[in-house]
Amino acid sequence: MVEIKDLHKSFNSNVVLDGVSFNVTEAENMVVFGRSGTGKSVLLKCMIRLMDPDAGDVFIQGKDVLKLELKELNELRKNIGFLFQGSALYDSMSVRENLEFPLIRNFDLDQKEIDERIHFVLEAVSLLEAINKMPSELSGGMRKRIGLARSIITKPKLMLYDEPTTGLDPITSKEISVLITELQHALKMTSIVVTHDLLCAKIIADRAIVLNEGKIVKEGSINDLTTSEDPLLKNFFSDEIIEHKGSMK
Amino acid sequence: MNNTSTTGKLFDTTEKRLTEFFNMLGGLTSFSVRFIKEVFLPPYEVEQIRKHMIELGMKTLPIVGVTGFIIGLVMAMQLSPVLKRFGAEAFLPGSVGISIVRELGPVICALIFAGRVSSGIGAELGSMRVTEQIDAMEVSGVNPFRYLVVTRIFATTFILPILTVYVIFISLIGAYIAVVLVQNMTWAYYLDRVIFSVEFGDAIPGVAKTFVFGYIVGLVGAYKGYTAENGTEGVGKASTSAVVVSSLLILIFDMVLVKLTLWIWPTVK
Repeated sequence: MVEIKDLHKSFNSNVVLDGVSFNVTEAENMVVFGRSGTGKSVLLKCMIRLMDPDAGDVFIQGKDVLKLELKELNELRKNIGFLFQGSALYDSMSVRENLEFPLIRNFDLDQKEIDERIHFVLEAVSLLEAINKMPSELSGGMRKRIGLARSIITKPKLMLYDEPTTGLDPITSKEISVLITELQHALKMTSIVVTHDLLCAKIIADRAIVLNEGKIVKEGSINDLTTSEDPLLKNFFSDEIIEHKGSMK
Repeated sequence: MNNTSTTGKLFDTTEKRLTEFFNMLGGLTSFSVRFIKEVFLPPYEVEQIRKHMIELGMKTLPIVGVTGFIIGLVMAMQLSPVLKRFGAEAFLPGSVGISIVRELGPVICALIFAGRVSSGIGAELGSMRVTEQIDAMEVSGVNPFRYLVVTRIFATTFILPILTVYVIFISLIGAYIAVVLVQNMTWAYYLDRVIFSVEFGDAIPGVAKTFVFGYIVGLVGAYKGYTAENGTEGVGKASTSAVVVSSLLILIFDMVLVKLTLWIWPTVK
């Protein structure tokens, strides 16, 4: 489904991605771990060409993403959902308009079908009552849910999540993580989740990789990573556990 | 030693500023070329253009109206004693009319429009950029440049001439009030003198150049907002510099366009 080969990206002298390669198979949930500033979000943005990498290859559904013309790229993007760290809801549009926006512009659907899809996704994220609200009237958790609803309304084959639980309290974090997993199963999507939240990763991940200084330092199941004797991983996961316990208090 | 380091710093700052300036000019040019390429391609966002035209027009209507009225009034009050000194009071309506139609109306209206609209577009698109809303649009397969930028530039280009005609009319009313205060003149006679003095050759270039001013306001505001970075600080910078750059460009282009008009149309009185 997704194949990343030797991806490089630098900002001036700051090397952010230094030869990153991995594969994600269909319907698999892959988590990308790493401390802040290790290039996790840059990796996601390079995958869908919100940023152009300096070198390397990205294949999604067999297509060489970096060589696609804009029109072909936009066609491919219609099959990809992206949940942004800050949800990125359109401020000037209501929840309904936010959800309608990708459908009206990209798909030839009648109003009845659009309404059905809006109902379906809002029910899935348990926010049917927010349909006519403006984003400014929503809490952080609600915005995240609506952002998720907007990402899945086009029924994408691949979902990319950029820190889906950042800025949320532990209970809401857990709810969002569970919701993501449920939707993954219901819609049979492949997903790549960038996070530093261990609990979120434990709930979602089939497999995980750890990024450090632009390189993949370890790949395996969450259990493999958290029980690894590698000093870097031990250090990383012990910090995460402390942080998690701290936030639960 | 101290002098050398101060000179060095000054050189570095100047170099940095010049680089930024030329980068901006390059950016504005490529933004402009992209606009021209994309404006003719479907889908045509007619509904968005209509919405922006109404929104921007309504937002600016009161402030340009009040300013136009005061400018007309003050202009006539200032000119009246001067013309009286030369025994040329009868020329007051004509002089005020020509000044307003040819220069003051279009330029004042454009500068106020720049202050109100260019900063607004810069702030709006800047905040969409830093909160990843533009990225979200791009990821969903929608061309954000066409949806956000082309529609706004198109709207500002075509709404400013309409606002200018309105400002000219309001300014002439303001000037009439001042004239009435110093001379016993009816509205019909005043208007007759204005129409007698102002020719199409005065009105057409005056209003036509506001298409260029409107384009500048939309282009600079959209460019500054669309390329904003560094969070909320970047949004503030985008908004402020949009006003400064668009106002400056309006004045520079006014100079060029006046010269061009006189060169193409030398018979204009």
